[in-house]
Amino acid sequence: MYVAVKGGERAIENAHRLLAEERRGDPAVPELTLAQIDQQLAHAVDRVMTEGSLYDRELAALAVKQARGDLIEAIFLLRAYRTTLPRFGASEPVDTGEMVVRRRISATFKDIPGGQVLGPTFDYTHRLLDFTLAAEGAPVAAAEEAEQSVAAMPRVTDILGRDGLFEAETAEDDAPVGDVTRDPLEFPADRDLRLQVLARGDEGFLLALGYSTQRGYGNNHPFAGEIRLGEVDVEFVPEELGFPVELGEVTVTECQMVNQFKGSATMPPQFTRGYGLTFGHCERKAMSMALVDRALRARELGEEAAAPAQDEEFVLAHADNVQATGFVEHLKLPHYVDFQAELVMVRAMRDAAEQDNSRKVAAE
Amino acid sequence: MTERPILRVRGLTRLYGRTVACRNVSFDLWPGEVLGVVGESGAGKTTLLKCLSAQVEPTDGTIEYDTRADGLVDVFALSEPARRMLLRTDWGIVHQNPRDGLHMGVSAGGNVGERLMAVGARHYGNIRSEVLDWLDRVEIDTGRIDDRPDTFSGGMQQRVQIARNLISRPRLLFLDEPTGGLDVSVQARLLDLLRQLVASTGVAAIVVTHDLGVVRLLAHRLMVMRGGEVVEHGLTDQVLDDPQHAYSQLLVSSILQV
Amino acid sequence: MTSDETTAAFGAEHVAGYNFAYLDEQTKRMIRRAILKAIAIPGYQVPFGSREMPLPYGWGTGGIQVTASVIGPDDVLKVIDQGADDTTNAVSIRAFFAKTTGVATTERTAEATLIQTRHRIPETPLREGQVLIYQVPIPEPLRWLEPRESETRKMHALAEYGVMQVSLYEDIARYGRIAKAYNYPVRVHARYITSPSPIPKFDNPKMDRNPAIQLFGAGRERRIYAIPPYTAVESLDFDDYPFTVEQWPESCALCGATDSFLDEIVTNDKGGRMFICSDTDYCAGRRAENGEETAA
Ligand SMILES: Nc1ncnc2c1ncn2[C@@H]1O[C@H](COP(=O)(O)OP(=O)(O)OP(=O)(O)O)[C@@H](O)[C@H]1O
Ligand SMILES: [Mg+2]
Repeated sequence: MYVAVKGGERAIENAHRLLAEERRGDPAVPELTLAQIDQQLAHAVDRVMTEGSLYDRELAALAVKQARGDLIEAIFLLRAYRTTLPRFGASEPVDTGEMVVRRRISATFKDIPGGQVLGPTFDYTHRLLDFTLAAEGAPVAAAEEAEQSVAAMPRVTDILGRDGLFEAETAEDDAPVGDVTRDPLEFPADRDLRLQVLARGDEGFLLALGYSTQRGYGNNHPFAGEIRLGEVDVEFVPEELGFPVELGEVTVTECQMVNQFKGSATMPPQFTRGYGLTFGHCERKAMSMALVDRALRARELGEEAAAPAQDEEFVLAHADNVQATGFVEHLKLPHYVDFQAELVMVRAMRDAAEQDNSRKVAAE
Repeated sequence: MTERPILRVRGLTRLYGRTVACRNVSFDLWPGEVLGVVGESGAGKTTLLKCLSAQVEPTDGTIEYDTRADGLVDVFALSEPARRMLLRTDWGIVHQNPRDGLHMGVSAGGNVGERLMAVGARHYGNIRSEVLDWLDRVEIDTGRIDDRPDTFSGGMQQRVQIARNLISRPRLLFLDEPTGGLDVSVQARLLDLLRQLVASTGVAAIVVTHDLGVVRLLAHRLMVMRGGEVVEHGLTDQVLDDPQHAYSQLLVSSILQV
Repeated sequence: MTSDETTAAFGAEHVAGYNFAYLDEQTKRMIRRAILKAIAIPGYQVPFGSREMPLPYGWGTGGIQVTASVIGPDDVLKVIDQGADDTTNAVSIRAFFAKTTGVATTERTAEATLIQTRHRIPETPLREGQVLIYQVPIPEPLRWLEPRESETRKMHALAEYGVMQVSLYEDIARYGRIAKAYNYPVRVHARYITSPSPIPKFDNPKMDRNPAIQLFGAGRERRIYAIPPYTAVESLDFDDYPFTVEQWPESCALCGATDSFLDEIVTNDKGGRMFICSDTDYCAGRRAENGEETAA
């Protein structure tokens, strides 16, 4: 007699063992340490922290290791951990104007107070495979110690803002900042929630959308006003103290896109902002986020909003890679029952069509 | 005929920023009456029609509609559900672009039958026969009932739109350039058809057009707009034969010259 | 399967540092409030602050959150996928709760107090006091007709359901019948059009006036909705094209049932087929009964 596929449980258990084995790989090869991942695959850790929305290099490195380098899987792991953490409250907004800058460039002005600081970047490297890296232990030539600027570097957008050429950023209301990981997103979404979804959004998705705006699908004439990378202090006001205490510092990348705006009945012509912010060093993501943020403001600014990147519901509903990968991959789950229902339906329809045809033939 | 107008408009103004789209428009529309609105491009005709049909909120002024239950009520004082209900039962809108008025992915039959189903019709056979009847009335080959409108010509699409609206027996029809973009012979047939339908159903209508030929055929009364304002208003024949305002004269003479 | 066995399969170590049923109590209270609201407005989709779960979106995160919020230590949990208790995803979810709650699990529909399901309603009729929790991928029945949430919410609020009926009309015009085999839209309590989740339409009649509480959780889409006990659930149709359910030319090859949803099993590559109950508990129960009868 036929026995329906049983033993799902044993199969799962075995699959987990296989996975663990493959994760480790050849035992003759030394095992990766979290410190190695943190130090030498730092961009992977940065991305996992950003899209996992949890700033913890060690946990992110662990997630990268556990996920065997699959970054979306690592983001998923970090998020599933994050969701269980107790919430003490929200920090004070970090002040990127007070950032200890390691990299800072502006495409809008040749020279700016504080200067351009190239910092660690792939830009201007020739993308030639460097075979010296294949050999282990080669010493690295030390970089020249940059002259540490004592005065904080003002943000380019603040400089423009002083002349009224750049829109001021003001809170829409006094409401506390929303939290997309706690509350359902409703449309139209406020800017705080929109920026959160973008910050957590998939780098590839935002990159493609940002790119599409440059190719005529919702152009908003962007200039990279400023990109800065460095460390900022995180402060928190405990209720019982009533004044901010410093919790520590985090590395962030900020991108402010400066976009043309022709003006409307209520606003004079000026430059408008597209904003991107990430944990760690995620420049591509910060830039893409800024492009998409600005594109999503089309309606607010009275611009025509016809391109995909300007479509709030489309962008926000599909930016999250953990949601997306879950739903795409759920197609692997059994759908026997629905498929059976379809089979029965299609067979019945084919029978009806056949009878129809034979009736027609008989009539002729 | 009742003593009440079906639509009473007073001081209707709509601004877009500093642009005046239409200003201080007032008129009454009587049951069964067809009002033509003419004027050059940008005169504010579409804006006026969109305000009247509750698709765009006026900056100022009132629009009252003679509801079956409560008589004249301010359209914008109605709740949104009540307004949307009016839009899909008592009123009909024929859009200038059929894409705005039809579901291009749904068959002609589905398009025409939608209003019946929206108010609770649940008998497929009855819906179907009423749809067939209306396709016939707008002179569409009933054999095309299951074809999608994007396989139809522009004139046929307009006729599907008209059938889709008239099937709910509306009391008021809004038409924006119903013959725009059609060639002359198709225009003539569509106008003829509209005239018959308006006469046989007794529906009141507001027709926006820049084509004086259309209003001469369809409209009892005529409003001439320019720069957002009504510059002349009267019986169609009077306005066309003896225009008073300089702009109406220009408009009429320019047509006659052709 | 007992909870002990599942725990064994997934590592016996206790999951330290997690609350009973994984979610923290505050989150559970938030979800319970959403459930209460959903029960108060049958068929209405209540937005809720869906949490990120350690299982992927689309694999039952909504159902899991609902179950986690209503489960108590005395509950007896059954989890099915495609009607069966032993499909991998059902096993995995059951193990998750066995591990995080330690409650008793069962495969018997009649013994369960909570049943979490994907794609089926058990054949054994449910009774008062039981709770059936559906995993829902897309809670919005109008989604295929109107992709915008802002518009569909308005359509529900105003009960503007013409387009849904038009889609059924289109099926009949094109295929001579309503060609929806699963996820067949229903109207709950003569008000909201609701997605039954992707159950086959065969199961739709079981939703109607069911004595159990039916809860629906959509994690990724962040919606919860409910059908309270004994609530009218009507499958949409036309008077002259009434709703019907699928029928099989055969009966179950294992238990002989003629009234259950049958899975088709391809037995060889020469067109060999057999049909067996999709509901494994129902099938096993019938076979046990039959065995007793023949033995007696
Ligand atoms: N959505 C809008 N935003 C801003 N301005 C608008 C808008 N719609 C119309 N206008 C302006 O209002 C004025 C009237 O436009 P409207 O479309 O009503 O003209 P019209 O008479 O229908 O023209 P046409 O014959 O070309 O269709 C124009 O100046 C137009 O630019
Ligand atoms: Mg116009």
